[in-house]
Amino acid sequence: MATKAAKELPKEEFILPGTRSCAACGLMLTYRHSLKALDPGKTIVAVPASCMTVLHGVYPITPVKVICVNNPFAATGAAASGIVAGLKATGKAGYTVVAFAGDGGTYDIGIQSLSGALERGTDFMYVCYDNEGYMNTGTQRSSASPAGAVTTTTPILAKLQHKKDMLRIVEAHRIPYVATASPSFPLDLYDKVRKAKEIKGSRYIEVHAPCPPGWGFPNKDLIKMGKLAADTAVHVLYEIVDGKFRLTSRSLRLAEKGGKKTVADYVKGQTRFKKITEGQIQALQEFTDRRWYEFMERHQNGRS
Amino acid sequence: MKDIRIITANTAAAIAASLCRVQVIAAYPITPQTPVTEELAAMVERGELNAEYLTVESEHSAMASVVAASQMGARVFTASSANGLLYMHEMLHWAAGSRVPVVMACVNRGVGAPWTILNDQQDSISQRDTGWIQLYCRNSQEVLDTLIQAYKIAERVLIPVMVCYDGFVLSHASTPVEAPVVEDVDKFLPPCPIFTGISEGSYMNLNPLILSEPRQDAEGNLRPGYMDLRYKLQEDLISSLEIIKETDREFEAVFGRSWGGPVWSYRMEDADHALVSMGSLASECTLAADSLRQQGFRTGVVGVRAYRPFPAEALCKALQGVQTVAVFEKDVSYGYMGAVATDLKAALFERDLRPKVASFVAGLGGRDVRPEQLAETAAEAITKRSAHKWIDVRG
Amino acid sequence: MAEKNRETVVAVSKPAAGEAGRTGDWRSHTPRIDHEKCSQQESCLLCWMYCPDGVISREFPLEIDVEYCKGCGICAEECPRKAITMVQGRQSQGDPDEGH
Repeated sequence: MATKAAKELPKEEFILPGTRSCAACGLMLTYRHSLKALDPGKTIVAVPASCMTVLHGVYPITPVKVICVNNPFAATGAAASGIVAGLKATGKAGYTVVAFAGDGGTYDIGIQSLSGALERGTDFMYVCYDNEGYMNTGTQRSSASPAGAVTTTTPILAKLQHKKDMLRIVEAHRIPYVATASPSFPLDLYDKVRKAKEIKGSRYIEVHAPCPPGWGFPNKDLIKMGKLAADTAVHVLYEIVDGKFRLTSRSLRLAEKGGKKTVADYVKGQTRFKKITEGQIQALQEFTDRRWYEFMERHQNGRS
Repeated sequence: MKDIRIITANTAAAIAASLCRVQVIAAYPITPQTPVTEELAAMVERGELNAEYLTVESEHSAMASVVAASQMGARVFTASSANGLLYMHEMLHWAAGSRVPVVMACVNRGVGAPWTILNDQQDSISQRDTGWIQLYCRNSQEVLDTLIQAYKIAERVLIPVMVCYDGFVLSHASTPVEAPVVEDVDKFLPPCPIFTGISEGSYMNLNPLILSEPRQDAEGNLRPGYMDLRYKLQEDLISSLEIIKETDREFEAVFGRSWGGPVWSYRMEDADHALVSMGSLASECTLAADSLRQQGFRTGVVGVRAYRPFPAEALCKALQGVQTVAVFEKDVSYGYMGAVATDLKAALFERDLRPKVASFVAGLGGRDVRPEQLAETAAEAITKRSAHKWIDVRG
Repeated sequence: MAEKNRETVVAVSKPAAGEAGRTGDWRSHTPRIDHEKCSQQESCLLCWMYCPDGVISREFPLEIDVEYCKGCGICAEECPRKAITMVQGRQSQGDPDEGH
């Protein structure tokens, strides 16, 4: 059953206040609701060096009520595999192992160990919180950064390449569950994490996590920015269960009712796109449209 | 009746891991390590060994997996060589800092470029400063026995142990090896005793970001800073020398074999000169010492079994009163000399011992080293004012 | 022995609030709730749901934990009844904390 209202979300908080993460952090909101969907007392989280490390606090205090195992940047998929194997070998049953890595730790340095873990069918969930750059180290370009974005390593020309289609790479592993989500749609996010928790095998959820300091928009607009990403189909909300694709939440309504906003609407509110040219906006629009029509077609096919 | 088998060191290593009832194995293939992992995979698939076997996609992942599995309380094993070991480098530091009792076999091989698949010890020597215990073996029996000892040491001091043996020279050469009975191993090595603290609701953040200075926890107790925790690793490594010795004695009590602890000696009782070496090259040195004695040089061998922690005290004691120390090793600290020679000289200096010390680099990338060459080179070191050199370098 | 040993040689953090101190000090603006305007209905709770730091109470009348609220302003922006306004400063409804 889909969660329909905020009041249905669990009351208990697993992140104690006073964390080190920035104000209006998209990851914080993502993690807050993900933990509500999990059972943190029986959840072991694998975390690479990232914003997530900062969120988890400085020794000897952590704000998070979960069992968290830190691991080096490239190792998340492998560390999660080792946790799963270690729990099984020592007879500790009933734990959910969840990796939480950013786009750098997933698309770039972590892709090898992630692919290995997915190919082996490791019984774990992998959540990629995609804030579209190396935000923890100061907004450097990652392969998840969108074309046209100024980063600290694309300072003059802005990024020339489109975002890597990581979800297709993940999907090619033919794992039982692949989904996208957004902290701007906490109910959809909560439902997907809850659903993934109950599935055996490898599950992957990619969360588009707006980052006010990295993207250059006011803190107060965090939710609106995530919603705009969905309304423009820059980020599309869907899930693929055993190969069957379906749009969800706002993206489903967008497919059914239309009213897609333009990429130009999306980029104008973010200073990272301050150097984007008309031509680049056009290219980004075409890139976005092509993906959106593919998704709509897959949604139709999935239903037929 | 004794169970004597004609096996390679790789098979001996696989048997040892199995006798120790390892629970999680993760490995990535690299010559000459592959037979160890293949044999373990077969044992697992045949149901002879109750373990999780992860066919990971890289050595970095192999070490990451066994570290994490060990953090969950499992007894773990992996093996690697050469560039594979180098690829693990980051994770080796991580393992030691995590204080996990991981045990791995390092089947020593030269590192690229250019490619060699043959033996030297540059791979493990390059991991010297990762905080691991490194034990070097002379023969396949020592490989089997040392791996069993390694688990006991690692689980006692919470420091990972690398058991090193020479690629092809030992890894692929069949010799008679006595396989212990599992009951004896169980008696020697109790089940993995590591307290992980992992249980339902045991909220924790393992290996978080840490400050330079101590910081108070929520109850107001001051907890250590980075340097303080790292100093504990250093202290525990140094004190593990005694535990390596003790473990060897305990092993002897059960199995009747001793390998000397951190250091072993051959014909050193009356020696004026000493050859110092590690691994199979040290075995060859014993032949060279015999031949030097025939030439009238009273020579013995001091074998380094534990390279880290470095048994400075024991080495100096063994070398007390000798005139010449010729160090033979299959590694080099590029731009200086052999790593063992460098460390040994520092140890001697600190204890006001001033024998003539010569560093000889030999057998890199599988180049054959004959006992006659060792004897000849040592004789030169004894009789002449010897320079450090590489043996048998051509063209 | 291993049990005792591990506690002293491995870095393990335990949960507590205020890991980064009083993050309320980061604020330049402070949310103020007009309880008259707030629906006080469970059917809403949008501010509670959208607060990244989880510092808004789930019970009515809503309370904001000003010790830790970082002042991002999402609650004010998302409130469908405009019942929350961001007021300049760290002060919240007479909180004497301002100026510390």
